[in-house]
Amino acid sequence: MSTPDASPFEYAPAPESRAVVSLRPSYGLFVGGEFVEGRGEPFKTVSPATEEVLAELVEANGADVDDAVAAARKAHTRTWSRMSGAERGKYLFRIARIIQERSREIAVLETLDNGKPIKESRDVDVPTAAAHFFYYAGWADKLEYAVPGAGTPRSLGVAGQVIPWNFPFLMLAWKIAPALAAGNTVVLKPAETTPLSALLFAEICQQADLPPGVVNIVTGAGATGRALVSHDDVDKVAFTGSTDVGRAIARAVAGTDKRLTLELGGKAANIVYDDAPLDQAVEGVVNGIFFNQGHVCCAGSRLLVQESVAEEVLDRLKRRMTTLRLGDPLDKNTDVGAINSSAQLARIRELADAGEAEGAERWSAPCELPEKGFWFAPTVFTGVSQAHRIAREEIFGPVLSVLTFRTPAEAVEKANNTPYGLSAGVWSDKGSRALWTAQRLRAGVVWTNTFNKFDPASPFGGYKESGYGREGGRHGLEAYLKGADQ
Amino acid sequence: MTPPPAVPPRAEVRKTYKLYVGGAFPRSESGRSYEVLDHRGRFWANASHASRKDVRDAVVAARKAFPGWSDRTAYNRGQVVYRIAEVLEGRREQFEAEIRTAEGVSATRARAAVDAAVDRLVWYAGWADKLAQVVGGANPVAGPYLNHSAPDPSGVVGVVAPDGPLLGLVSVVAPVITTGNTCVVVASEPHPLTAVTLGEVMATADVPGGVVNLLTGPRAELAPWLASHLDVDGLDLTGVADADLARELEAAAAQDLKRVRRPRPEDLGATPGLERMTTFLETRTVWHPVGT
Repeated sequence: MSTPDASPFEYAPAPESRAVVSLRPSYGLFVGGEFVEGRGEPFKTVSPATEEVLAELVEANGADVDDAVAAARKAHTRTWSRMSGAERGKYLFRIARIIQERSREIAVLETLDNGKPIKESRDVDVPTAAAHFFYYAGWADKLEYAVPGAGTPRSLGVAGQVIPWNFPFLMLAWKIAPALAAGNTVVLKPAETTPLSALLFAEICQQADLPPGVVNIVTGAGATGRALVSHDDVDKVAFTGSTDVGRAIARAVAGTDKRLTLELGGKAANIVYDDAPLDQAVEGVVNGIFFNQGHVCCAGSRLLVQESVAEEVLDRLKRRMTTLRLGDPLDKNTDVGAINSSAQLARIRELADAGEAEGAERWSAPCELPEKGFWFAPTVFTGVSQAHRIAREEIFGPVLSVLTFRTPAEAVEKANNTPYGLSAGVWSDKGSRALWTAQRLRAGVVWTNTFNKFDPASPFGGYKESGYGREGGRHGLEAYLKGADQ
Repeated sequence: MTPPPAVPPRAEVRKTYKLYVGGAFPRSESGRSYEVLDHRGRFWANASHASRKDVRDAVVAARKAFPGWSDRTAYNRGQVVYRIAEVLEGRREQFEAEIRTAEGVSATRARAAVDAAVDRLVWYAGWADKLAQVVGGANPVAGPYLNHSAPDPSGVVGVVAPDGPLLGLVSVVAPVITTGNTCVVVASEPHPLTAVTLGEVMATADVPGGVVNLLTGPRAELAPWLASHLDVDGLDLTGVADADLARELEAAAAQDLKRVRRPRPEDLGATPGLERMTTFLETRTVWHPVGT
């Protein structure tokens, strides 16, 4: 455990029981309402905290993807698009309720497979996922209000959806809830390192008696994803993941009629002005970069702090970081869990080493890393320049780069000096200054005096190379509808 | 006694058609031009044959104009777009004559085409300070936060304009600039001259230099430079009829994830929806805690 000797906070271990989860030794795919054998290569998913193998899965090959898309097409044509919105909504309400009923199980499974602290999966991921289904359930019979000026819109058809490993269950909810509410059917591919909660969701669909084929889950890695997004009978592609893969998908759908939304990387600035409430700001900075081990596309990975308070903010920040508890993700007191995979750990290490090599000063919170599993101590770099790789590239780990500024104009200039534009933070007690700054930040979500807040009613998505389209709110629904004239 | 020789008719002062970039009317830096024919196939004028360098200059001008234009109040942008309509109305005879020369249509149809273009500008002008209320708004989040979403222009938009001398051009430019974007337009290849004349309207209608930049020349040559330019944020392919070219341009635009509007069959004469505006808008959502 992470607590340094000097800390007055000693905690006894408080592990959440994993008995609530019953893992099967192996899983197939979920196609047409049934679990079926896949025809590709088997692969394993491990707990990143212990490297224990959790289950064996199968990579969906091209024929499996064909079957899943065909099942989704059939369900769209024969059932789902013909059902009234009110009826579709009731299935979504059912799903929301079952997620709430099985919330403990989903949270523990998510933490096992992903490595995130149980308090995050329990308090953020799962309740927010349920809230998304609840929110979009209510839209299903109100679609004529969803696209201004477009009359009564129609569903697009079959959506191919590919989601990342950082919020597996929540991203599934963000993708599936609006798609289904709008009358589409889906084929969803979870990330290869975190497939289990999506397969649990398949069981939830069965419990809800969702018509077969409305939701199909195919597991696998990049090849499965490529087969899905480039499938001729897919009408809509929704992807959350890296900007490089997003580019490849945008190329793959060029010249087709497929609609596309992309939620990609970020390099958010968190701006702390000298008049900010510093204790709150430091909490927000810590939450911004160390929440979910920094595996967050909207993470506040660049701290821009006004020069006059830089020293004080850094002192407080380091002091706060020493109290972060890193370790067993199932422990209810854990703040920082495991890095999701050895590949991601290697990427974080490589970029952190580059930070040092390029001349920035590295400081990590004093904490013992467990021997097994994938771990990286919360780390902050000072003396970072805008040209450094750690100021430009998405690290997707618990690594904060600190830069300073003197004037609001300089803060905005530096904050926007990135090809990304997903999110940003502003900390100031002066309302006019916070809003002036927010208006100039080229980012899809701006948190003022808060950070990393998510809500189904709140549109989320990026500017520039952070992608296009929004998830959440009416905007998120619009991405799954076409106007009467189209 | 022989009659005195007839006085030769007065030679008209013809217009040199150039590009419209950064509020000025430069020739193509390449020094090239191409012949534009009237509807009977007779020589009408030489249009500038813009180059890759002209595209890049135009993008620089559009980028430079973006902060000022997007920072104006929506009310002010609406007034400027309305002013374009006013100036166009005042110069309607010139446009009607150009449309008749270009397309060989009747006076009535030429007048109707200008009417439609003026009315289209007025329609968009009115949207400037209303769109945010229609596509944005308050988000009722489950917590003590003030949360709202508002549209924000994407930035510099590359536009490949459709054929049709005036209405097509107005239909693709007005929605882009009304919301605060700036643009670089590749004008209709067979009908480039009216675009240049429309540039004169822009220049006298208080449109800041660089907000609209108009290039003339072959689409297939110019559009790829726009599609691959890394300081262009959006790409409207309305005027790309060749499906292969459209696919290539969309694929090139993927490099920096430009927002792309694909070409598709549509009636530009019909009342537009919001989609030409919303394609080149971002949504910015701002959260703020509420408390004492």
